[in-house]
Amino acid sequence: MSNTYLPFKSRIIKIIPHTAIDYTFLMEYKGDVKPGQFFEVSIPKFGEAPISVSEIGEGYVGLTIRRVGLVTNTIHELQEGGVLFLRGPYGNGFNIDLFKSKEVIVAAGGTGLAPVKGVVDYFADNVHEVTVFSLIAGFKSPKDILYKADFEKWQRTINVIVTVDGSDDETYTGNTGLITNYIQDISIENQSMANVIVVGPPVMIRFTVAEFLKRGIREENIWVSYERKMCCGVGKCGHCKIDDTYICLEGPVFNYVKAKSFID
Amino acid sequence: MAYKVTGIRFNQYLKELEKEYLIFAPVALLGKGAFTNTDSVRYQKITKLEEVELTIKANFSAKEILLPITETLFYFNEDNWTEPKVHDKKILLFLRSCDIHGIKRLDDIYLRNGCEDPYYKVFRKKVRFCLIECYESFANCFCASMGTNITDEYDMFIRPEGDYVYVGINNKEMGRLDEKVVDLSPRFVMQNKTKVSIPKELSKGLAQSVFWEEYSSRCIGCGRCSFVCPTCSCFSMQDIFYKENKNMGERRRVWSSCMVDGFTDMAGGHSFRKKQGDRMRFRVMHKFHDYKKRFGYHMCVGCGRCDDACPEYISIAHCANRLKSIVEEK
Repeated sequence: MSNTYLPFKSRIIKIIPHTAIDYTFLMEYKGDVKPGQFFEVSIPKFGEAPISVSEIGEGYVGLTIRRVGLVTNTIHELQEGGVLFLRGPYGNGFNIDLFKSKEVIVAAGGTGLAPVKGVVDYFADNVHEVTVFSLIAGFKSPKDILYKADFEKWQRTINVIVTVDGSDDETYTGNTGLITNYIQDISIENQSMANVIVVGPPVMIRFTVAEFLKRGIREENIWVSYERKMCCGVGKCGHCKIDDTYICLEGPVFNYVKAKSFID
Repeated sequence: MAYKVTGIRFNQYLKELEKEYLIFAPVALLGKGAFTNTDSVRYQKITKLEEVELTIKANFSAKEILLPITETLFYFNEDNWTEPKVHDKKILLFLRSCDIHGIKRLDDIYLRNGCEDPYYKVFRKKVRFCLIECYESFANCFCASMGTNITDEYDMFIRPEGDYVYVGINNKEMGRLDEKVVDLSPRFVMQNKTKVSIPKELSKGLAQSVFWEEYSSRCIGCGRCSFVCPTCSCFSMQDIFYKENKNMGERRRVWSSCMVDGFTDMAGGHSFRKKQGDRMRFRVMHKFHDYKKRFGYHMCVGCGRCDDACPEYISIAHCANRLKSIVEEK
């Protein structure tokens, strides 16, 4: 019987630094995977951490990892050609087909952009498959902005708004202010039909969804992705459970109609 | 149907079973209780009936035999890992009806919630149940309220009476005793002093009610309620390496509890349910509400061990009854 807890080795093809603490690791991987799914990533001796897939390519997946703890600090010390241990992918992920031929708006806060980045990548490359695609991304400060090269590429095909909460960098000329300030200004062609994806920290999700509801977006057209502590990824360890829902099994992507009933 | 055998013959029977089985039963560990001169009753390997504590409720459930407090998932060196060996013997567990129902809940989580857990599955297949009868309810038990007082999911049962033991066999695997056969079926407790009635609908409003705040000041977050609970099944992952050789170590899972600090902590500093009252709500709702939505019956089996163990005298039975009265007032 196959043992789901046993990881497999994956070579680091490339490391892309975004900020002082956020790197994307392109990892060898062949197999099915969807944006929004996650892997349990580990280094024996240090432990495991759930990391969502931020990029999907031929023979590889991208994992954007912020150094915030023992496991991720250790991962950051690895070099290209080094090895990480993975198991997964787990979770439902985003169903790309669901958004085809529709107006789509993605609102992402900070590293919340990582799990939804695969969706943005896909539609930025296949922009004819949606009617309109807009991305609003918020970061704490200019030095926290992720995926700068990708933003330049995305801007050529989709609508992009980047904002930072605040800036003490005089060379920064972009937008400042919370994501929620920009939602009232974005153009939405068809409120009752537009689909919105909101990913980020819990507070950001709450207020951003509220703004979209004010703009007349229907609850059933809003999708969120939740981040929780997960030790197993397969419905056993109990850490990610909310109400009768296991985020690792039924999520992390939820329709807002279901997600709004969650009480942590 | 049961055999009537002498105590000596029964111990011989256990000895015969030992060729195929490891036998675990509640044993009184002298002086190991919470207070001076008190015992702790926990599951231990036994070889004869005299070692088994049948007269009082075990402080810990049979859970720890199936789901060890610390379980090695694999050993690793720099490049490879090895799964731990599993012994060939089957396991005979002496336990009461509520604990048999408790294991049914563990089966739900470990075998029917997502993929099957490979470690639990291998172990579970080997387990046989020897039912311990309850003649009367112990303190804090409310099995009758939870419908877990009766079971037919046992492979054998025993009833020691004087110098004799009645041995009921419900599974051919357990063999024959070739002794006098009597017509006997196990006795079950039909009512408890503690009665719990669970509100049918625990609404979202109730989940956000100030009702829970009281528990924030009372609960100290020690997690004892979870660790003694036969149905609490959460764990955390833990990597360790050996002092003698830091390149070798193991990945383990260890018991965890939603009542304890750190349960929801994520890298980067986010966490949920910081107040003990919220954790109490989360635990109570799981036991009496949302587990049922997922699996069709309540998670709590009414063994009352959490109420026995709480150092702050918080009672889950009392909490459930209070919720019921709040719901009915509305």
